[in-house]
Amino acid sequence: MNSMRTTFRNNLKQYMMLVALVALVIAFQVLTKGVLLKPMNVSNLIFQNAYVVILAVGMLLCILTGGNIDLSVGSVVALIGACAGTFIITWGWNPHLAILICLGIGLLIGMWQGFWIAYVRIPAFIVTLSGMLVFRGLTLIVLSGLTLAPFPPAYLAYSTGYVPDLFPALQLLGVRNTTSLLAGIFIAIIFCVTQIMGYLGRKNKGYAVESIWALILKMAVISPAVIWLFYILASYRGIPMVLIIVGIVLLAYSYFTSHTVMGRHLYALGGNEKAARLSGVKTKRMLFLAYVNMAFLAAVAGIVFAARLNSASPQAGQSFELDAIGACFLGGASAYGGVGTVGGTLIGALFMGVLNNGMSIMGISSNVQQVVKGLVLLLAVAADVISKNKLPFNIPRFGRRDLKGQQTVESSSN
Amino acid sequence: MTKKLLEMRSITKEFPGVKALDNVNIAVNEGEIHAIVGENGAGKTTLMNVLSGVHPYGTYSGDVFFDGQLCRHQGIKDSERLGIVIIHQELALVPYLSIGENMFLGNEQHKRGRIDWHQTHQKAEEYMRIVGLQENPHTLVKDISVGKQQLIEIAKALAKSVRLLILDEPTSSLNESDSKNVLDLLLRLKKEQGITSIIISHKLNEISYCADRITILRDGATVETLDNQSAEIPEARIVKGMVGREMTERFPSRSRVIQDEIALEVKDFTVYHDLFTDRKVVDNVSLRVHKGEVVGIYGLIGSGRSELALSIFGQAYGTKASGTVYKYGEPLELNSVPDAIRANIAYVTEDRKGSGLILSNSVVHNITLPRMDFVSQRGRIDKDLERKTAEHYRASLDIKTPTVDQLVENLSGGNQQKVLLGRWIFSQPDVLLLDEPTRGVDVGAKYEIYQIINELVEAGKSALFISSELTEILGMCDRIYVMNQGRIIGEFLASEATQEIVMNCIMQDSKGEIGA
Repeated sequence: MNSMRTTFRNNLKQYMMLVALVALVIAFQVLTKGVLLKPMNVSNLIFQNAYVVILAVGMLLCILTGGNIDLSVGSVVALIGACAGTFIITWGWNPHLAILICLGIGLLIGMWQGFWIAYVRIPAFIVTLSGMLVFRGLTLIVLSGLTLAPFPPAYLAYSTGYVPDLFPALQLLGVRNTTSLLAGIFIAIIFCVTQIMGYLGRKNKGYAVESIWALILKMAVISPAVIWLFYILASYRGIPMVLIIVGIVLLAYSYFTSHTVMGRHLYALGGNEKAARLSGVKTKRMLFLAYVNMAFLAAVAGIVFAARLNSASPQAGQSFELDAIGACFLGGASAYGGVGTVGGTLIGALFMGVLNNGMSIMGISSNVQQVVKGLVLLLAVAADVISKNKLPFNIPRFGRRDLKGQQTVESSSN
Repeated sequence: MTKKLLEMRSITKEFPGVKALDNVNIAVNEGEIHAIVGENGAGKTTLMNVLSGVHPYGTYSGDVFFDGQLCRHQGIKDSERLGIVIIHQELALVPYLSIGENMFLGNEQHKRGRIDWHQTHQKAEEYMRIVGLQENPHTLVKDISVGKQQLIEIAKALAKSVRLLILDEPTSSLNESDSKNVLDLLLRLKKEQGITSIIISHKLNEISYCADRITILRDGATVETLDNQSAEIPEARIVKGMVGREMTERFPSRSRVIQDEIALEVKDFTVYHDLFTDRKVVDNVSLRVHKGEVVGIYGLIGSGRSELALSIFGQAYGTKASGTVYKYGEPLELNSVPDAIRANIAYVTEDRKGSGLILSNSVVHNITLPRMDFVSQRGRIDKDLERKTAEHYRASLDIKTPTVDQLVENLSGGNQQKVLLGRWIFSQPDVLLLDEPTRGVDVGAKYEIYQIINELVEAGKSALFISSELTEILGMCDRIYVMNQGRIIGEFLASEATQEIVMNCIMQDSKGEIGA
C-alpha cells in the first residue's frame, strides 16, 4: 500500500497532466460541438501530431541528460525531406533504399552534433543552434530553394497510408474497417493479459504488488479507451500507417527508458552528472548517444513529414523543435534533467496537439493560438519548478536550489 | 588602555540538530592581529559568518558590538558598510575580469552609473602599491598566480576602506614565500595603517609569527584567549587547547581481524591538479592496506586526501597520474571509474549530495547504479531482482524509508548516507575508500555507520578511512597515515597515536613553510 502511494506521489504530475488532457478534450468537444472527436478529425489529429510525438521522444532523451535541448530538429526534418525528395523525385531512386539512406544521414548528423556536445563539451544549446542554421542552409542548397513534388505512392505508403482492411466484407458492428476494430480489441486483450501476468508473477515471487482494485481500475480505464480509439478509426479509413510507426517508437523508447541499463544511466546522468560518473556511468558516451538518437528520430520524423506534405519543401519543419520541447516539459520532464517519462511526453504532445487542433476548428486566429500555447507552456514549467513533487503543496521555495541551500547550511556548520 | 574594536558576547548559533556555536565570547582590540584557531568543525567559520552578516541578526543569540555599537546585520552589505571585510578561503575573484575590475567589483568607481575606467585603474595601481604587487591593472585575474590573487583580495578590501579584515585560511593554497608575503603584509598594514585583522589558520607557526592574541575554539565554545605579544606561546600549548577534550564519542569495538595479505598497495603515486596542471596535489604517496584492516588518512582540508582516493579510483580526479596500484599483489590498470568498479574498489564520496546520490532517483535506482550488470541480463534490467536486492540493503543497513521506491531527496541525511554506503557495499568491493563517511550525520547514525564498517572488515574487506575528525580516526582505525600538502608525512599505529602526536606531526611539517 505504501509502495503504491509512493509510486502515485512520484507520478503525480503525470496523472495531473492526464486529467488536464481529458478535461481539455471534453472542453473542446463541447466548444467545437462534437467536431473534435469525429472519426475524420481523430484521424487528422494523428497525422498532424505523429512527427511531433516522434521528435518529442528524442527530445526527451536529450532533456533527461541534464536539461539539454536540441534546437536543430526542425532543420534536420527539412534536410531529410530534401534528401528524400532529391533521391526519389529528382534521381528516381528506389524509395525503400532512399529511406534507409536518409536514416543513415540522420545518424551522421547526430554523430556530428553529439561529438561537439559530449566530447568537446560545447553547450548543446550552441551546437544545435549552429545545427539549426547549418542544416536549414543545406536544405536550401540541396533544393536550390525550390519545392520538389510529388512523391511516388510507394514512399507515401509508409506514413500517409492506412493499414489495408483484411476483411472488407465483414463490417462488424457496422464499421467500415473491421481490421481496425479487431486490432483494437486484440491490443486491449494483450494489455490486460500482460498486466495480469505481471501481477500474478510478482505476487507468486512474493514481491510487493499494488492492490487488486488498482489493477482492475487501470484495465477498466485503458482497455475501453483503446477499443474506443480503434473503433473511431475503424469508422473512418482504418489504422493510419503512421500510428504504427509512432506506436513502435513509443513502445521501444518506453521500454528503453524504464527497463534497460542504458536507460537507467540516462536518468542517473541527468540527475547528477558527477555522481553518475563516480558510479561508473560513461557520461560522455551517454550524452553522445542521446544526440545521435535525437537526429535519428528527427530523420524518421522528416520522412513522415515529407510524405504528409507530399513534397520536399525548404520551409518544412519550421519551429518543430519548439513543439517537441514544449511537449516534453508539459509532460513533466524536468528542465534540470533526470526526470521525465515517455508516457508523460506523449500526454504533453497530445495536449499541445489537441490545443492546436481544437482552436483551429473553432476558427481562433493562429496569432492568438501562439499566445495561448506559449502561456500554457510557461504555466506547466512554472508548476514543475514550484511544486517540485513536494506534497502537500507548501508555499513555493526555489525548486532545486533549495537542496543546495541546505547543503551550504550543513557545510558551514562543520 | 587599548580600545576594543569588536566584541562578540555569548554568541550561540544552532543549526537543525547541531549547536555550532555555544556561548562564544571574543574581543578584538583596535590595531591588533587576532588569531582564531580550532579543529575542523570547531565553529570558526560559523562565528565569522555571524560577524559578517551571512547569518543575519536574529538567527543567533548573543550580541555583536563593533566600535561600541550593537550590530544588527541583515547581510554582508551591512557589515561591509562598517568596514568589516571577510576574505574567504575560496577566493571570490572573477577569473575573466581584469585586476582593476575585480578590485572595484560591487564598489565601482562611477559617475552617475558610468564607470570611470581611468580612475579605476589609477586607484587599482595605488592599492596594488600598498600591498606590494607589481602588475598591470588590465591583466586578467586568471593569468596571475594564486599568491598574487590573495594580495588582490586584500587590496580589494582596502579599497572598501576596511577597518576589520578577516582572513579565513589565507595561506592554505599558497607556497612558503607567498604565505610569508601575505603575513608580512598584514603586519605592515597593522603598523602603517592601523588595520585590525582576524586570521583563521591551521598553521600554528604562522599564527605565532604574526598574531598578537590567539583565541582557541573547541566544539563551538571558546576555550581561552592567549597573549602572544609579550612572550611567544609554544605551539604545543596551542595544540593542547585545541584538542584537549576527553574522548566522549564511543566507537563500537571489533574483533581484530587483520591478515598478513596486503589488499591494496599504492606505490609512488603522484597526481597533478585538474586545472592547474603544474600543481602537484598528490606527491609521491605510497601506502598499503591489509586485508581486514581499517587504515585512516588524516589531514587538514586541502591536504590532498580526497584527491588521492579519487585518483586511485580510476583516475576520477587530476591529470598526469603516475604510480602503481596493486590489489592482492596484482598490479591494476585503472584508467576509468568502470575499471575501478570492476576491480572491486569502491569510493564513497565525501559530498553525498554533490557527487554521491542521484537525489531525483529512488532508493532502488541509487543502490544498484554502479553494478547494473548484477541485476540485468544483456542490458535488460530484472526489476524484481533489483527490488529484492534493494530490500536486502534496506533491511541490513536499517535504512528508514517507507519504501525503496522513495526518492532519495526525501530521506534524512543519515539515511541518505546509508543508501550511499549500501550502493557501494552492493558493488561487492574488496577495498572501500571511505571519504568522510560520517559527515553531516547525527551521532546515532554515526555509530551505525561505524558498525557497518566493522562488519565489512570482519567479513574480510579492507577500508581506507578518510576523515577530518581526528577522534573518529583514532577511534576507528588500526593504523593511521597523516597527510599534508599532498604528501604522507607520518604513519602511526592507532594504539600509539594521540591527538597531540598527530597534530604536532602536521605542525612540524608545515613549519619550514614560511621560513620564519
